[in-house]
Amino acid sequence: MYDLTQSLKTPDGKPWRIAVMGDRESVQGFMAVGFSVFETADDYEADAAQLRKLASGGYAVIFVTEDIAIRMSDIIAKYKSRTLPAIISIPGREGTTGYGMQSLRESVERAVGFANLI
Amino acid sequence: MAEIRVNPTRMELKKLKARLATARRGHKLLKDKRDELMKQFLSIVRENKELRLMVEAAVGGVYDSFNEAAAVMSPAVMEESLMLPRMEGELTVSPRNMMSVITPVFNFHLAPPGRDAANGAGGNNNNKTDADSGSDDAQSSDTSVGAINYGFAFTSGDLDSAVSGLNAILPDLIRLAEVEKAAQMLADEIEKTRRRVNALEYIMIPQLEVAIRGIVMKLDENERGNTTRLMKVKDMMVTKAITERRGRTE
Repeated sequence: MYDLTQSLKTPDGKPWRIAVMGDRESVQGFMAVGFSVFETADDYEADAAQLRKLASGGYAVIFVTEDIAIRMSDIIAKYKSRTLPAIISIPGREGTTGYGMQSLRESVERAVGFANLI
Repeated sequence: MAEIRVNPTRMELKKLKARLATARRGHKLLKDKRDELMKQFLSIVRENKELRLMVEAAVGGVYDSFNEAAAVMSPAVMEESLMLPRMEGELTVSPRNMMSVITPVFNFHLAPPGRDAANGAGGNNNNKTDADSGSDDAQSSDTSVGAINYGFAFTSGDLDSAVSGLNAILPDLIRLAEVEKAAQMLADEIEKTRRRVNALEYIMIPQLEVAIRGIVMKLDENERGNTTRLMKVKDMMVTKAITERRGRTE
């Protein structure tokens, strides 16, 4: 049987944290509200490794800026069906590109068959 | 369509009929599950959409404030101000069972840094966490006042408004994470359930019906063959009896 309580604990038994990943200007503000901030290097491999590390290491919510979400969409897709972590895209400093809404629309299309409902 | 090949015996017929009954029941249950999942999914998606629109707009506003602050402050001072968190964000995650889809429920609160390290060293037992969550209420009211962790002397007022703006949208951000995760997981589950429903409806059940019909026809055919044979034998016996009697009377 799937153990619920076990799956919702951090690997090291400490409280869960929230991470923010993105370019420096966009994410540095989140330090002030107690999020753990990770700047991205402009390198797919390094960022992918970083994201995987965060996902398996005590971060229940990982906010990523939209440009990262687009670049890492293949990795993020793998975590979509898991309970944790929740990888959520937020707009970057340049403003929203509509990616968040688009991915929401994709979920609806996957579930319902068409996305006209939202 | 691949057909189910079985021996045309009553035993197999009985088995197939049982399988068909199970498949029909499963189909009905899964269909109900799909409908209920869909209902919940749609309400979650609507909330998700509203939250996302709101959060995206609010985050944009926060970025503007940060940009204004960055314009009047040196990057070093700004980073230093932001890097001094008196509080560290902690998240408690509890499971929520939604039609047997386990989605997380987040509860975010701020705690002074280093506290969890002490807890970790002292062994994190339940009583302790309970006591902690009790004291967190007091802390969170404290943090709403003292969310700004830097001195006011060398920083711009824009930074204050940026940070407090960010604090204000914090609950919405957390809620967005929760709702969006639930939407993603439910979408996944609905897709799976829909596939199962379709597989049962369009493949499994028709196949079983075809196999059952085949066996029934074969058995009927055997039955008819048997009857014909009996009639034939009886006919032959009657003819034989008649010729015998005729031979005796002559």
